[in-house]
Amino acid sequence: MFDSLRILFHQGRQYIPDVTTTDVPGVFRGRPVISSTPADEDSLVELCPTGAITARPLAIDLGRCTFCGECMFACPDKIRFTKDYHLATNSREALVISEGADSPVALDPDKVRKEIRSIFGRSLKLREVSAGGDGSCEMELNATGNVNFDIGRFGIDFVASPRHADGIVLTGPVSENMAEPFLDAYNAVPDPKLLILAGTDAISGGIFDGSPALRRSVLDGLHVDLYVPGNPVHPLTFVNGVLALLGRKNR
Amino acid sequence: MFVSNGLAFDVEAVGLTDYATFYSSVLSRLEKPSCHCLLYFGRMSSDHDVSLYAVVADDEAHTLEVLGASAALSDTLLSLSAERPEMHAFERELCESLGVKFSNHPWLKPLRYAHDRKEGGDIYDYPFFDIESEEFHRVGVGPIHAGIIEPGHFRFICEGEKIHHLEIQLGWQHRGVESLMLAKEKLLQRATIAEGVAGDTVVGHSTAFALMYEALAGAQVDPRLAFDRTVALEQERIAVHTGDLSAICTDIAYQLGNAVFGRLRTPMINFFQKWCGSRFAKSLIRPGYSNFPFTRSLADEWIKAIEAFEPDFREMAEQMFDLPSVLSRIERTGVVTTELALRLGLEGMAAKASGVARDVRASHPCLLYGGLGLEPVVKRSGDVYARARVRYEEVLQSIGNIRRLIAECPEGDERGRVSIGRLLPGKMCISLVEGWRGVCVHAGVTDSEGRLAAYKVVDPSVHNWMGLAMAVRGNGISDFPICNKSFDLSYCGHDL
Repeated sequence: MFDSLRILFHQGRQYIPDVTTTDVPGVFRGRPVISSTPADEDSLVELCPTGAITARPLAIDLGRCTFCGECMFACPDKIRFTKDYHLATNSREALVISEGADSPVALDPDKVRKEIRSIFGRSLKLREVSAGGDGSCEMELNATGNVNFDIGRFGIDFVASPRHADGIVLTGPVSENMAEPFLDAYNAVPDPKLLILAGTDAISGGIFDGSPALRRSVLDGLHVDLYVPGNPVHPLTFVNGVLALLGRKNR
Repeated sequence: MFVSNGLAFDVEAVGLTDYATFYSSVLSRLEKPSCHCLLYFGRMSSDHDVSLYAVVADDEAHTLEVLGASAALSDTLLSLSAERPEMHAFERELCESLGVKFSNHPWLKPLRYAHDRKEGGDIYDYPFFDIESEEFHRVGVGPIHAGIIEPGHFRFICEGEKIHHLEIQLGWQHRGVESLMLAKEKLLQRATIAEGVAGDTVVGHSTAFALMYEALAGAQVDPRLAFDRTVALEQERIAVHTGDLSAICTDIAYQLGNAVFGRLRTPMINFFQKWCGSRFAKSLIRPGYSNFPFTRSLADEWIKAIEAFEPDFREMAEQMFDLPSVLSRIERTGVVTTELALRLGLEGMAAKASGVARDVRASHPCLLYGGLGLEPVVKRSGDVYARARVRYEEVLQSIGNIRRLIAECPEGDERGRVSIGRLLPGKMCISLVEGWRGVCVHAGVTDSEGRLAAYKVVDPSVHNWMGLAMAVRGNGISDFPICNKSFDLSYCGHDL
């Protein structure tokens, strides 16, 4: 008993008081900023492993980007990645960062269905489905519930059954073999429901895009409420994305 | 033919015998307890013939041997698995992916339902083992599990609470890694695929891939890159083992251990964040170069982080391993005996917990491991306790390893670089790197034009899933989660 209390005391304070403004330690590669400095755009397009870069004007699609930073090392005057981890949005187009843009990735409040905020605003239960995810996004989603990020304080939790959930968080590029189980889980969530694509693999297939072992067509026709970029998704990106979707401040 | 870890050799130099000779050679090698088969794969040499390659490591003699055979696809081959169950996954893959037929394989079921399979049918029609009895009931779990983890299907056959049999059906995560590696030709694409083999072993797999690729390109290992990679491998072990101790505590409802180990993992993965901008070390390891050299100032940061980490880690672990309520749940739970571990060919941490010292850092060292003179942490009891205890002691060992490495940290932020041009034609390379879970095997073969013509990955999970299935026999079904966590196997590393 006293040993346990001593251990507890030694941990100090671990939770992050304000998850919307805290600083990420080290060299986080978040929202990129592309300058108007001339550069060999075609070589940057050629360099990118996932085809996230398009030329004239130069733009980076965060839904395809693996955040490896190779383009920044190749052309530091042209591209830099800021530490801004507020990357989630409900609009696929908003994930494309063009030359000269230096404003936060924003969520379009008009596109948020009304019932989302009125029904889930104070309590949101999510069911995670990994469909070919490599485990890293899954671990980061687990981390959102740990003592540091503590997403539970906002009334947001991951639950065991889709029947108990208000929405699905999908990770992974959607393997052929997981397409049906994903759809089963999605259909088992009662309406109204959310669909959140977490990570570059889920949003675009990432590096696995084009593999014949995927069946991304299963997503066709499903309404996506939130795109959360990252490879893997950083817990702060996820927490802030969901809070923004719910129209919540840090409380 | 004897080869070396991470060195390229001529494919043609591997003599292909007839299958009968190959069969008896492989069996005679595997009779020795220090020998284990790390890779066994086939390539079509014509429309009707297949070339088979088996890679056998001898941990005592520190040798690596490649045995080859040629067989006609129309032949029905005698199964090695019938004598050595450790070969079961490799032969199932040969059957599934190439259509090789085996006469007496005890368990010739689809391995991963690969998209380009020749055999195997539909993933929903998997032929589960069954027992017709009114005494038994079946429990099916998955593919989607209760927690936030990857998918796999578990089918238990229980008598009341007691597990008689567990069958694990995988393949749900199959993304076509091996074929995509050939289809995407840019080096950066290939390095990114290697990082995605298993998201919990990014350093292990990307290092094994980089060493293989550099060797196939005829490049020497750069000492600066070797230093960075060795430090990264040890740091990955510290981070994942700490997280796993947290997860084991979760599954026995030991809240303090769960919270404390969980929060201790954070600064360890955040160290990778400081180093390369990714908590999982993605983008850190690249064949031939590095954008993130490990500098003196990073070494100072590491020392600061570890000085805060180590006392709290030791204190928590000592309390955990001293608490009767913890020990009563983890001792004698999920036992794999030494004999069984050898028969199943367990690798890495799971083998070490069952008294089998399998660790390529000691037996077939690459990078700077030769100079570290590492003694594998071995436990005898083969239970959840042993697998937790190996983690605890390996974390301390890895801290010691990094301390010794950074005592000679290169000055300056000069970047290691070796030039990677075209791959050499007609070569093969077997690269073995000990990740935190066990040996990561990456093998590549080039064609006569110097293009990558075959690529194989083996995560230690391929061997160890059967270990989990056997470990839970006779245990209560409520102990399945801690048995599972104590192995912590990769689904995507298996399914590829």
